[in-house]
Amino acid sequence: MAEKSYLKEFTKGLIKENPTLVGLLGMCPTLAVTTQAVNGLGMGLATTFVLVGSNLVISLLRKVIPQTVKLPCYIVIIAGFVTLIEFLMHGFLPDLYDALGTFLSLITVNCIILGRAEMFACKNKVLPSVLDGLGMGLGFTLALFTMGSLREIFGAGSWMGLSLPETFPTMTIFVLPAGGFFVLGCVIAAVSKLTKKKAPAGVGCAGCPNAAACGGGCSTEKEAEA
Amino acid sequence: MTILQTMVSVMLAAILTDNYVLSKFMGICPFLGVSKKLSSSLGMGAAVIFVMACAAAVTYPVYQLLVAFDLAYLQTVAFILIIALFVQLVEIVMRKLLPPLYKALGVYLPLITTNCAVLGVTLNNIDDGYSFGLSVWNAVCVGMGFTLSLIIFAGVRSKLENADIPETFKGIPATLIAASIVSLSFSAFSGMI
Repeated sequence: MAEKSYLKEFTKGLIKENPTLVGLLGMCPTLAVTTQAVNGLGMGLATTFVLVGSNLVISLLRKVIPQTVKLPCYIVIIAGFVTLIEFLMHGFLPDLYDALGTFLSLITVNCIILGRAEMFACKNKVLPSVLDGLGMGLGFTLALFTMGSLREIFGAGSWMGLSLPETFPTMTIFVLPAGGFFVLGCVIAAVSKLTKKKAPAGVGCAGCPNAAACGGGCSTEKEAEA
Repeated sequence: MTILQTMVSVMLAAILTDNYVLSKFMGICPFLGVSKKLSSSLGMGAAVIFVMACAAAVTYPVYQLLVAFDLAYLQTVAFILIIALFVQLVEIVMRKLLPPLYKALGVYLPLITTNCAVLGVTLNNIDDGYSFGLSVWNAVCVGMGFTLSLIIFAGVRSKLENADIPETFKGIPATLIAASIVSLSFSAFSGMI
């Protein structure tokens, strides 16, 4: 494979196939932890770590894992990496660990990770899989950071812990759960306006192993594309 | 507090003030995916209540076992495996023994494995130090809260389909903003307990 296509595996996740804003995967952490920019960043990077690790291992084991039990195998690999990042974060970043709470453990069931395992890592060589994981992870981080920044600036009048001038009008609703839904809706609308694509009609279950059972709630175009 | 009082306060918290979908953001994918029709919302809700209660009942003894062997850090790995296996088991048993129920709920079962609300409720039960009975009760109530929000939102969405929405916001952005308003109405419950 030429070098150019390796680069493409990396960059596609950043904007064009951004897992959160275009693929609509991993909505729960996107909404839950983004009350502060720093939490969004931490959550994004933790997920990136797990994604790169699981893509690496799953790609290495792609010929060993039997088709019939692949889902439990993937879940165990992913949960292993999640436990690892939990330990690391507890040890080195205890504040962030407390702020993320249960959502750190819930990276295990983040559909981006399972989706990439199912759609990419189990079919591709190691290097492209790692780059794919890195790109998707950073795209996720970017989305979370944007969300976190918007909500922190408008909701709390600060950014990354730095407070803005006191005259800046703040609206508490942005840090409430309702604000999370609102900001995400606006960000997705803005992205689809900027990329001149139609906003996705439904939740993307692209590569989700359960897509078949999803009662038509999933958009089918995305899977066809990939 | 008497047991009854505790049970009522757990119930109110799980259904109204700390609704998993609308204020803790767990289980957003099925919330947005399945809430298009009232009937599918009900089916999904029933399946979730059932799996959550069983998952809470199964993970409680397992956690005690892990603690006894000083392996509590394995809880995430253990719990998700149990949930995945359990969902598979329920699917097989239900298909054999209760075909009508399987017909109604079967399609929603595989979706539940990756529903973070199920893993979330088992982990939160441990964090909150609930006893066995309270864990199961909490899981049932969280499931009911999940179902309630799904049903309410199914109603909102059916109205949304006839609304005149700006081109850019059509589809998921409008749905999210509607969810924001529903969530806002639930935040009025905060401070109730």
